Amino acid sequence: MKLFVFPRWTNKIRQIAGLGLGVAPLYLTAIVWYGFSPKTVDAGYMPKQPIPYSHQLHVGELGIDCKYCHNTVDKAAHAAVPSTATCMNCHSRVRAKSPKLELLRESCEWSDETRTCRDDGKPIPWVKVHDLPDYVYFNHSAHVSRGVGCVSCHGRVDQMVEVYQKEPLSMGWCLDCHRAPEQHLRPVSEVTNMTWQAPGDAVEFGTKLRAENNINPPEDCSTCHR
Amino acid sequence: MAAISDVNPFVQPPKGDNDFARVTDNVSRIAEVNRPPRAWYIAFGISTSLLGLFGISVAYLFWEGIGIWGNMNPSYWGFPIVNFVFWVGIGHAGTLISAILYLMRQTWRTAINRFAEAMTIFAVICAAVFPGLHVGRPWLPYWMFPIPNQMQMWPQFRSPLEWDVFAVGTYATVSLLFWYMGMIPDLATFRDRSTSPLRRALYGAFAMGWRGSSRQWHRYERAYLLLAALATPLVLSVHSVVSFDFATSQMPGWHTTIFPPYFVAGAIFGGFAMVVTLAVPARQFFGLKRIITINHLELMSKIILATGMMVGYAYGMEFFIAWYSGSAYEGFALLNRAVGPFAWSYWAMIFCNVVTPQVFWFKSMRRNVWVIFFVGVLVNIGMWFERFVIIVTSGSRDFLPASWGYFIPTAWDFATLAGSFGLFFTLFLLFCRYLPMVAMAEVKAFVPAAHASGDHH
Repeated sequence: MKLFVFPRWTNKIRQIAGLGLGVAPLYLTAIVWYGFSPKTVDAGYMPKQPIPYSHQLHVGELGIDCKYCHNTVDKAAHAAVPSTATCMNCHSRVRAKSPKLELLRESCEWSDETRTCRDDGKPIPWVKVHDLPDYVYFNHSAHVSRGVGCVSCHGRVDQMVEVYQKEPLSMGWCLDCHRAPEQHLRPVSEVTNMTWQAPGDAVEFGTKLRAENNINPPEDCSTCHR
Repeated sequence: MAAISDVNPFVQPPKGDNDFARVTDNVSRIAEVNRPPRAWYIAFGISTSLLGLFGISVAYLFWEGIGIWGNMNPSYWGFPIVNFVFWVGIGHAGTLISAILYLMRQTWRTAINRFAEAMTIFAVICAAVFPGLHVGRPWLPYWMFPIPNQMQMWPQFRSPLEWDVFAVGTYATVSLLFWYMGMIPDLATFRDRSTSPLRRALYGAFAMGWRGSSRQWHRYERAYLLLAALATPLVLSVHSVVSFDFATSQMPGWHTTIFPPYFVAGAIFGGFAMVVTLAVPARQFFGLKRIITINHLELMSKIILATGMMVGYAYGMEFFIAWYSGSAYEGFALLNRAVGPFAWSYWAMIFCNVVTPQVFWFKSMRRNVWVIFFVGVLVNIGMWFERFVIIVTSGSRDFLPASWGYFIPTAWDFATLAGSFGLFFTLFLLFCRYLPMVAMAEVKAFVPAAHASGDHH
């Protein structure tokens, strides 16, 4: 019987296959690990907004407090996007004819007599930046009223010409803080302060605040998934 | 690449030695003939049809959700878990034959170990399908594995269901390695006998350059022994862990210490029943009667009788402990099995598992292939009913009469069960057609010719 022997060149395939089988899992792991991570795919999301509203100008330079516009943030789950009437408090006079604000005036239909907007129910189509999945119930007031600063999750909005998502907003990212909230706690009066620094060691100060205010974030599934 | 000069006589049998050559011929011919026997085509046609039914069932399940099954308050586990435990159990005979009987030098195992091991692999595949389907979220079963993830979420390591993942995973891995490694010398034989370039390349690639040199044999034997030692605890551990799914709960009828040994005995019982169910037709249709002899079938019948008695003892002991413990709930659960609404399944189980194997007390029955085959089939049915009795009767009547109910399976339950048999038999028939069904190299070590000049093994 004539024996079958693979031709000599097939030895090369074996080496290449060995290399592939050894390296491919590492490569795939790295691709999935970094490529599919919310840090890669979600953080940095900066959609184009219908009006080129600059937080850098309004917050950073003019010093408007977060809660002037997002006024429900410490009372409700949802941080309100302001009605156009809020914008028109200033923009009925300031830059009232700017072409960039065309959409704002259209939405508002300003009445000089009443000095308010006629509400025709046509809002400005802002694009939501920080969009959690529908199966997550996030409550802004629960966090803000316990001293988690806006900047902790949203970054330095006062420096953003266009708002983008700074953090990954992944479940693991939420749990990082729920398991050790002291790293992000501050006095409730300072939550909207973008530049607040803890006196002394931040974690030590946070631990003190945590004990004083009895802050024990739950980690049950039903805390966020109801 | 090894030189051709160190070709081993096992791969190329010496001229004039008909016994070695006949073993090789008998086994290799099955995979080499252009057309397998007609029975193979009929069986394959039925199996692939059932496999198609399985595909349809799973597709509809994914489309519609697990509401298509009969699983309903209070019987949440229903058919999927019954089928899972049934299929995991089937595999145990393969591991017992390949590991424990090997370590105990039971040389008769060589005739049946290869396809018993194959049966193990295919049974574990069928078993693994069901928990995956039963979770009802087909895109999430990877949550069962401890993979680091952005949710920072881990499986519940304190749950026996999670231990199952590891037990069955280890079992599947070791069984696959054992099966494949044992097959390498035989794959080399196939490679050397092949005439078509495709078969040469495929068998050659999977034979991994086996030339049968004494150094290769030496290492092979070492590795085989080590794998056998690794697989031995698995025979006992896997079904023990499966039984923990029940035994660690507080459900009357489940919360019993007898479960691990009872499940292991039942698994070996059911597994051997499946081996004979497959062996009887296989040796008939593929002309392997000279290799898988009636003596082998008789030995397996004895194991079926012995393990069947163990299972019967466990059934009796459950009743004794239910009475002896004085626990009202335990007593009710067991009485409910025997005379409650599911009594039909209990007595079907008793008939199949306890009564039918008793025919093997008679030598004439142990040597009658028809009797062996039908007892094998009945025991398989009985072992399926055993899992049904445990899972459904206990679950449907627990502590609170207010939550009692009756379990009614749907047509899709039966379609999925029948479909899993299609998957199993399709894989098995493909194995029979394309892979060495009998461990030729191992059988040759025990044919008379191997001992012509004294025992040097």
